[in-house]
Order: sequence, then structure tokens, then C-alpha cells
Amino acid sequence: MKLPTLREVGTEAKLLLIGIPVFIWTMIPIYHMFVFAISPKEDAFTGKLWPTHPTLHNFSIVFHQQHYFLRDFWIQFWNSAVIALAVGALTLFVATAAAFSISRLRVPGGRAVMNLALFTYFIPAAFLAVPMYRTMGTYGLLNNHWSLILAMVTIAAPYAIWVLKQASDKLPVELDEAATMDGATTLQLFRLVYVPLMMPSLVAVGTYAILLAWNEYLYAFLLLSKDTDITLPVALGNFLAADDSPWELLMTTGFIYALPPAAVYYAFKRYMVGGLTAGAVKS
Amino acid sequence: MAITLSASDVPSPPLSARLSPPQVWGIVLLVPYLLVFLAFVVYPVGYGLWLARHPSSYVALYNDPIFARAAVNTLIFLVIGINIKMLIALFLSGFFAQQRPWIRWLSVIFILPWAVPSIPTILSVRFMLNPEWGVINQLIFKFTGDDGPNWLNDPAVALAMAIGVHIWKSLPFWTLILLTGRLAIPHDLYEASDVDGANWWQKFRYITWPSMQTLYITCTLLSMIWTLGDFNSVYLLTGGGPADLTHVLSTLGIRYLRLDQLSLAMASIVCAMPFVLPLVYYMMKRLSR
Repeated sequence: MKLPTLREVGTEAKLLLIGIPVFIWTMIPIYHMFVFAISPKEDAFTGKLWPTHPTLHNFSIVFHQQHYFLRDFWIQFWNSAVIALAVGALTLFVATAAAFSISRLRVPGGRAVMNLALFTYFIPAAFLAVPMYRTMGTYGLLNNHWSLILAMVTIAAPYAIWVLKQASDKLPVELDEAATMDGATTLQLFRLVYVPLMMPSLVAVGTYAILLAWNEYLYAFLLLSKDTDITLPVALGNFLAADDSPWELLMTTGFIYALPPAAVYYAFKRYMVGGLTAGAVKS
Repeated sequence: MAITLSASDVPSPPLSARLSPPQVWGIVLLVPYLLVFLAFVVYPVGYGLWLARHPSSYVALYNDPIFARAAVNTLIFLVIGINIKMLIALFLSGFFAQQRPWIRWLSVIFILPWAVPSIPTILSVRFMLNPEWGVINQLIFKFTGDDGPNWLNDPAVALAMAIGVHIWKSLPFWTLILLTGRLAIPHDLYEASDVDGANWWQKFRYITWPSMQTLYITCTLLSMIWTLGDFNSVYLLTGGGPADLTHVLSTLGIRYLRLDQLSLAMASIVCAMPFVLPLVYYMMKRLSR
């Protein structure tokens, strides 16, 4: 075995000097949340770096809704899940249809629609929220899950269309021509050729929309208000309003809420990296 | 009326001659998005602009010290916060480009802030900074016997913390994007420069930077546009406080909305448009190529 040279040790040490602070910086808020979640109430506020008696009691309180703030936990969890899945499905439907039409069928005006969509993508979501709130009131959708679903589809669709259009531009035209020669109708082309070939991008876009909707706070907080209608992030925000907030339960709920998107992200990382990040900024 | 009826009921020869069946399908498939766009972008934006038409709203904004403060805070957030973030991201992309097993593992952990929702982690930071029970002041008390500062009660510190939270959340994303750009640089360029005896700065200055500058600048502009809409970092950490001194434009708009001053909310957004629209237009042109 060859001993590392002094120079190699030096490089490694320099890398560690960067790596360790990066690790600590990344983990602090998450670790802090985790410690709170496994601390009994009396331990939570003593500033210990590890609780003396770690416990899963907080999780049991949350799952059994045994606190005033948590009485609607499961229904809020359900709301979050249903809304996220609905946004994912609707975004996929709207965006796949639009991308197929713009990229494969080369519909007249498709380019203009793409530009409009991109324009929406770059309008800061918090700016659109103000008129969106009033509009949902006009449509009579306030305090209705559809308002949040439709708002999130509006926000997710532009990027979804763009990613799908980029991916479908790469499919060879000969495929469509060959299928049409064999007598495929446009819908058969869409169903039997386009969708199967686009599967990786569709998974990426669906995941993107689901995560976007699950993580959304601002729109959910504006558009929904009843305790049994709101999603988990809004419930977490409402926790704060009270002075006697049970922090350890808030952090436990937050931890539970953060797990599904993290799991989905890592499970689909392969698709996310290929489909999204590489396409996010073209150089 | 008669013309619209004849065009929709009986397919007129010129229309069907111009449009082939795939093109008809193309239009049909575009309809869902166009409906969403009309109902939830065009109508709200038009309505919002109509609400913001009165000059008196702008006078009221001009006279509201909170608006001026929010505008300054937004500028600080964008100009200082984003540039610090992008510089760190540029630096770290070089770090993560190193081929080491432990750096691969670290990159998996590093992406966590981006993968988890922002609300729980921002609240976690908020509790850390709590003057009485937060872990930071507890530790300060344990080691020095003094009470720590009341972090979020000082507007400058509170804003800096909000910027810190924003950086924590979005740094991984930008590092990953810049890393993709860095890995696309042909490796033999670096090998050749090694032969020529270039030091790390010369390598960065003459190889890395020239091939990454367009990407870097695009990322910075994009991050600025998006950060304008970053409501969570400020709202959940400081709530705009103390005394409404840490608002940025996005939280201010929502504040006016909650106070039922919708025309002021829209006017404050319209005021940001001269800065936003050129950036948006530039990005749109870049991405639609």
C-alpha cells in the first residue's frame, strides 16, 4: 500500500475544511427540529444538544390528535395529500396536452403560447397571489379545495410545459411520420407513441407539481381558512399565532410533514436531476 | 352573429382547407392550458391592474414609511443576499466537482434543504433564535452567563437572518445547477493548464469563468426574480416585524391584502414592475430559444 504524500493529505484537509462547515450548516435546522421531536416536554427547552430521555411520545400525541392544536391533524394531512395529487394529475394533463400540441403537432400560435407560459413562470408567485385571492373570491371558490388546486396548476403548468416541450423536441420527427404512415390517428400517436416515450419526463413533471403543491404555504394560507379545510403547512403556521404553542409538538408535526416530500425527492432524484435541473437553466 | 354561427356549426371550406386534422387536434389540446391561463392569469392580472389605476394609491404608498422601508429591504435582499448566495454556490460547485466518495455522500445530504418544505425548517430556525428558550441563547447563557441578544427584535439582524434562511433553502439548488455547468467543461483544458503550470486562480480565471459566466449571470438574474416572490423566508421568520421594519415587497403586498387595502397591495406590486418586467422579458427570450 502506498502512503499518501504530504500534498495529498493537504488537499484532503482543505476539502474537509470546506466539507465540515457545509455539513453543519445544512444539518443545523433539521437536526434542531429532530431533537425537539424526540424530546419530552420538560427536556425541550433546556438547550441540550441531545435529550437525556429521547422518546417517541410526541409522535404518538400527534398521531392520536391528543392536543388542541392537533385535533384535525389527519384531515389536514389528507387535505394536503389530496390537493397535491390532484395538482399533479391536472398539471400533467394540461401540460402534456399543450406540449404535444406545441412541439409535435406544431399548432399555429404554439410558440406564442409557450412564451405566455414562460412569462407566467417568471412572475413572482407572491405577486400573483394578491389578485388571485380576489379572483377566487369572484369565482366563489374561496375556502374550497378547488381554488388551491387550480391556483397551483396555474403556477406549476408553465414550467411543466416548458420541460416537456424541451424533451419532446428531442424525439425524432420520423417517429410521428412512420406512425402516421401506418395509419395512426393523432390520438393514437399521442397515446401509443408520445406518452410512452415521454415517461421519464412525465414522472419528473408530475413529481415537481406534487411537491410544489404539498410544500405551498402562501396560497394555501390565503385561499383556505376553515380548520378542517386547511392543509398541513397552514396548520403549522397557525400554531405560531398562539403564545403557549407546544413547540415540541409543532416540530414533530413539521417533521412528519417534511418526510413525504423528502422521500419522494430522493426516490425520484434520478428523474428530477435528468429532467429538471439540467433543463432548468440552459446555458 | 351570423358569421360566428356559420363558422362553428357548418365547417366552412376555407377553414377546413387550411387546418389539417392534426392541427385541429393541436388547437383542442391547447385549450385546457389556455383556459387556465385566461381564468387564472389574464383575468386576475387585468383586474389587479384595474384596481391599481388610481394615482391616489401611489400617493398613499409614497407617504407610507413601511413601503419605503420594504423597498429598501427588498433591494438589500436582492443585491446583497443573492450575490452572496451565488458566490457561495459558485465556490461550492467547485468543491462538489471533486471526485471523492465522501463528497458524493455529502452532496446527497447537502440537497436536503431543497428537498424538504420550507415551513418546518424556518420555524425551527425561529425557535433557535427565541431570546428566552431558543437553543442559541441557552448556549450563550451556559458558556458566558450572559443573556444573549434578542435576535429578531433588531430589524437589521432580523433581515439578515431572513436572508440567511433564504440562502440555506436555495443554495443547494443553485450549487447543483452551477455544478452541472462546471462538469460540462472539457477536462483536458485543465490537464493542459496543469502542464503549463497554471495555479488555481489562473485556472478559474481563464478556463472555468469564461465557460460559466453566461450560466452564472442567468442564474443570478433568475434567482433575483424568484426571490422577489420569496414570501416564506421573511413572513415565517419575522412576520415583517419588529414594527413592520423587515417587510419585503412580497410580504407587504399580503399585509395590505390582509388590511383590506387591495388597491395599495396592487399598487406596491405595480411599483416593482419596471424592475421585474425587463428581467422577465430577458429570461423569457433566453429560455424560449
